[in-house]
Amino acid sequence: MAEDGPGPAILVEGLTKSFGDVHALRGIDLVVPRGTVLGVLGPNGAGKTTAVRILTTLLLPDKGRALVDGRDVVRQAAAVRRSIGLSGQSAAIQEELTGRENLEIIGRLFHLSWPAARSRATELLGQFDLSDAADRSAKNYSGGMQRRLDLAASLVGRPQVLFLDEPTTGLDPRSRLGMWDIIRSLVEGGTTLLLTTQYLDEADELANEIVVIDHGLVIAAGTAEELKSRVGGDVLEFTVPDRSRISDAVSAIVNIGEGEPHADKETGIVSVGVGGRGSDALVDAVRSLDGAGVRTQGLALRRPSLDDVFLALTGHAAEEEEQAVKGRRGRGRGKGPKGDDTKAAS
Amino acid sequence: MTTATAPPITLPDEPSMLTRFRWAVTDTLTITRRNLIVWTRVPAYLVFTVIQPVMFVLLFRYVFGGAIKIPGGIPYVDFLMPGIIAQTAAFATFGTAIALAQELKKGVIDRLRSMPMARSAVLGGRLVADTGRMLVTILIVVGVGYAVSFRFLNGVVPAILMIVLATVFGLSICVISAYTGLAIGDEESVQAFGLIWLFPLTFLSSAFVPISSMPGWLQAFANNQPVTYIINTMRALALGGPIEANLWKSLAWLAGIFLVFSPLAVRAYKRAS
Repeated sequence: MAEDGPGPAILVEGLTKSFGDVHALRGIDLVVPRGTVLGVLGPNGAGKTTAVRILTTLLLPDKGRALVDGRDVVRQAAAVRRSIGLSGQSAAIQEELTGRENLEIIGRLFHLSWPAARSRATELLGQFDLSDAADRSAKNYSGGMQRRLDLAASLVGRPQVLFLDEPTTGLDPRSRLGMWDIIRSLVEGGTTLLLTTQYLDEADELANEIVVIDHGLVIAAGTAEELKSRVGGDVLEFTVPDRSRISDAVSAIVNIGEGEPHADKETGIVSVGVGGRGSDALVDAVRSLDGAGVRTQGLALRRPSLDDVFLALTGHAAEEEEQAVKGRRGRGRGKGPKGDDTKAAS
Repeated sequence: MTTATAPPITLPDEPSMLTRFRWAVTDTLTITRRNLIVWTRVPAYLVFTVIQPVMFVLLFRYVFGGAIKIPGGIPYVDFLMPGIIAQTAAFATFGTAIALAQELKKGVIDRLRSMPMARSAVLGGRLVADTGRMLVTILIVVGVGYAVSFRFLNGVVPAILMIVLATVFGLSICVISAYTGLAIGDEESVQAFGLIWLFPLTFLSSAFVPISSMPGWLQAFANNQPVTYIINTMRALALGGPIEANLWKSLAWLAGIFLVFSPLAVRAYKRAS
């Protein structure tokens, strides 16, 4: 497209940000080519939202440089704001207003004339399947509808670069799939998208490239396939119905796998990467577990998921970290989206 | 035409000063309009801002009023109304703090700050809408006052000046509330905090009873706090009598509040997260 400036849609170099003693970002680099989707993956508190807030001019970085649509987010913040759309973790809509009024007001604030703001609102309401509810108060919308309205609001200004911060957190599975469809169609239209998520399947589904952030650093980057190949071959997985025998199961297979086995004490699921040894490893595992007298269910080999990638990279599962962080936040000021976390985890 | 294939809205890279000024005005009006629509859609806001002061008028006029003796033989209702009006203006600002805290929490302020709209418009539109809302409430309370035999005794111009002073006073409290709403950022805490400072400040003043009827230690506070200066000035405008000393002290306090809290509110908005 002729309007596109030169260079990538997003360029980030050595970005750091601290809040007192908390080092939210410790020097991250990102490049997002135009028209592609970058999935930023990481547990709660990893620094994803801080990065999005800096890129959308809401927060000043301590060090480093970030360009969005070729403009510096600090020195040319006003220009950056004309190129971006932001949809955050909670639906940032005025619930007392109708869906149509919400979009019209955003259009007016983008300095569209009233007729232009009105027709843009109608267009987006149609596109997001909200035409029937357009003149109802947004208070009565379902969670999925509110998120769709919020996403529509972020598109009023026809952004070149769209930032979606955990767009499906707190949504039920059906609304989540619907949201994925909408995001896919946006990307087909050429919008560059930066998407943060805690859900590995979401990044796998939507993103061209994925970066994994943990404790304010990019710990891995690549396509979903590249990241999966890092785990190296297959994963052996089984469930131990008797949770008290989990440690016995782990010690039985500790020499069979290539890395440390991982055991989830809640679900009783034990997994270990076995590289290319596939069926040999399977046979060894059966013998060894049998010898140790541990009963198992569903012992099988499978292709690695991004969960395994996360585990291999960080030594802990994405979900566990999330739980831990959530606990800390719960006792803190509780700025997170109210109620969404519990729904998301279930 | 779909969203994604449509050409982007072309905006000049550096809008001229004139354009930026025009946007600041239209954006402020857009936010004002939005806030006023919201106000009319939430019955609870209407009830809190209108019914509550009306109840106070009736309560003090008919329940407590008989027991309160005003020196100089002024009818209690005439003494009372300027006080009630000042309190109405102050309490109307609860809405300011609560609305900003809600918008902050829901991410509405993040969205607006990420847009190419005028930076001043969110606070500006909030203050304009809330001042308009406050003025409506004050006029209703004055009307109710008239129905229960309150009268302006000092002429039309001073009466209008009294309403203007009440509104400017309310606006100054609005600015403080905007700051606390953005700085605290949690609806319930903001509400509790508003009660903690606005209740004592309005009740421990000359609003409802002559200060001379309070114990000495309380008189020391009540005689020297800004709400008393404001109410005494309003009373002088409404009923006649000496005004000078209270007027200058009121104006000095109002100027001080604006000078201190406007920059604080703007800073809290810029840093809001």
